[in-house]
Amino acid sequence: MDLIVEGIAGAIAKLASLDPDVMNAAAASLVVSGAATALAVISGVPLGALIGLTRFRGRRLLLSFVNTGMGLPPVVVGLFVVIFLWRSGALGDLNWYCTRQGMVIAQYLLAAPSVIGLTAIALQSVDPLLRTQLLSLGASRWQAAWLLVRESRLLVLGAVIAGFGAVISEVGASQMVGCNVKGDTRILTTAITLETSKGEFGSAFALAFILLALIFGLTAITTYAQQGRNARST
Amino acid sequence: MLEARDLVAYRGDRPVAHAARIDLAEGEHLALLGPNGAGKSSLVLGLATLVRTGGELRYRGARVVDADAYRRRIAVVFQRPLLLDRSVRDNAALGLALRGVGRRERDARADNELARLGVGHLGDRPALGLSGGEAQRVSIARALAIDPEILFLDEPFSALDAPTRETLIADLAHVLRDRGVTTVMVTHDRDEALSLADRIGVVMNGELRQLDTAETVFGMPSDPEIAAFVGVENVLPARVERATDELTMLRIADQHVEITEPPPPGDDFPLLCVRPDDVVIAREAASSSARNSFRARIVRIEPIGRRTRLVLDCGFPLIAHVTRQSARDMGLTAGDQVIASFKATVPHLLPRIRH
Repeated sequence: MDLIVEGIAGAIAKLASLDPDVMNAAAASLVVSGAATALAVISGVPLGALIGLTRFRGRRLLLSFVNTGMGLPPVVVGLFVVIFLWRSGALGDLNWYCTRQGMVIAQYLLAAPSVIGLTAIALQSVDPLLRTQLLSLGASRWQAAWLLVRESRLLVLGAVIAGFGAVISEVGASQMVGCNVKGDTRILTTAITLETSKGEFGSAFALAFILLALIFGLTAITTYAQQGRNARST
Repeated sequence: MLEARDLVAYRGDRPVAHAARIDLAEGEHLALLGPNGAGKSSLVLGLATLVRTGGELRYRGARVVDADAYRRRIAVVFQRPLLLDRSVRDNAALGLALRGVGRRERDARADNELARLGVGHLGDRPALGLSGGEAQRVSIARALAIDPEILFLDEPFSALDAPTRETLIADLAHVLRDRGVTTVMVTHDRDEALSLADRIGVVMNGELRQLDTAETVFGMPSDPEIAAFVGVENVLPARVERATDELTMLRIADQHVEITEPPPPGDDFPLLCVRPDDVVIAREAASSSARNSFRARIVRIEPIGRRTRLVLDCGFPLIAHVTRQSARDMGLTAGDQVIASFKATVPHLLPRIRH
């Protein structure tokens, strides 16, 4: 019990003093996970829309891969990315091992399946006749797809949040690919692991509070958006 | 304006509706009538190039090759309003926005159409909070705002309650007449078809079986299934006894029937169609111009809305409709003997379908 009390007191002190190590780790987390999620959204939402709205040969196989990807263990993703980024690996010339770029690649591979899969589900749940209606109003196929993504934006937003949630809280891949370099690739989760192993519970709690606050903030945004929409609809 | 030849509409890889020939003139209102699941909607979606089609579709003389360009000249209103989660005005202006019309102009045109459909006051409201009737009015306003050259209506009233439907049909009929928009409407309701259409096409089992004026379709249906669907309850197997220049003499069971319509060529066993409304009931035989009068027994009396349906036995079964007032005034009851008659000019002959 004393450890918890001491830890919380230490966390408050570090947060109040804007401890540079804690703030650096929080900033690194936001940058790396934000970039990975942005890339996952840019590539995943259109691909999810394609899977959700169209029928093509190999669609089910692709969807199976995507669904499998949603359950990929981060350490396995980390292992494969390290192999590729290793000095003698296929992408060794990039020198991205132990860099934020490498971490972004690893986290992208973790976030993308969630964004693709949940976007596909979101668009499959849209009334199929709505697409026909949009085409009948003169929409091109691209315009119709964009309007349908907008129409199911809260579900797509949920997909984005799920993708971000998957990477902001993972530790294995980031640790393996980023090497947990202080002030650079040390992010909230790897820092918590390190501080806990050193018995620095104050720092660990401070980092954990920030991580929880980020996750809570995202959940709150989704909830408010959802409630706002429901209120407008009734 | 729009010509279809041997048009086949597909759902996936399956052909679901076929029309040998449709010619739609500018300003014309055509209704496609048929029972549920007959393929009417598929046919309309085919005409609107919203499903895969076979055959030939020509618009203003040119074959439709660029479906996107063709669809920018038409509009479709579906059974459900299919509004987006945005304001009523933005929904009504959607087609204009897709055509790149500027915000100010499209809002003005959307407001104009909304007002014309009686929902102008709802422009700022969220569309998903509207009642069914209001939402369908917005859906129609959205279609009309783009000033379509052809308006396709796919059972737009079927999900509405009766009073809302009647008001909306009256308002839409007024708007369509006012603007002269060429219209193709799908419905399974005969009254709706009659209210809005110049010509009626009857679709049954995935086939456009008859396309003609309302008078012809309802008065001279081209086959027994259409006859049954358009309310010709008496479809009686007959035998041609003799035909002259003026009259065709038929035998139905033991009775002799005279009609003015000539028999179908080469068919001595046609089907005689008589609408129940054309059968006159009397207590006693009286001198009249009706050439066909039969002693009949009332087998059953059934009230149907504001009328009474009489099931008669004249040696063959015959259905007659009378007003409820007439049934009361004549004191009609089951088992009574009456005289049933119809004029020789009334019946229509159909060739017997042989399998």
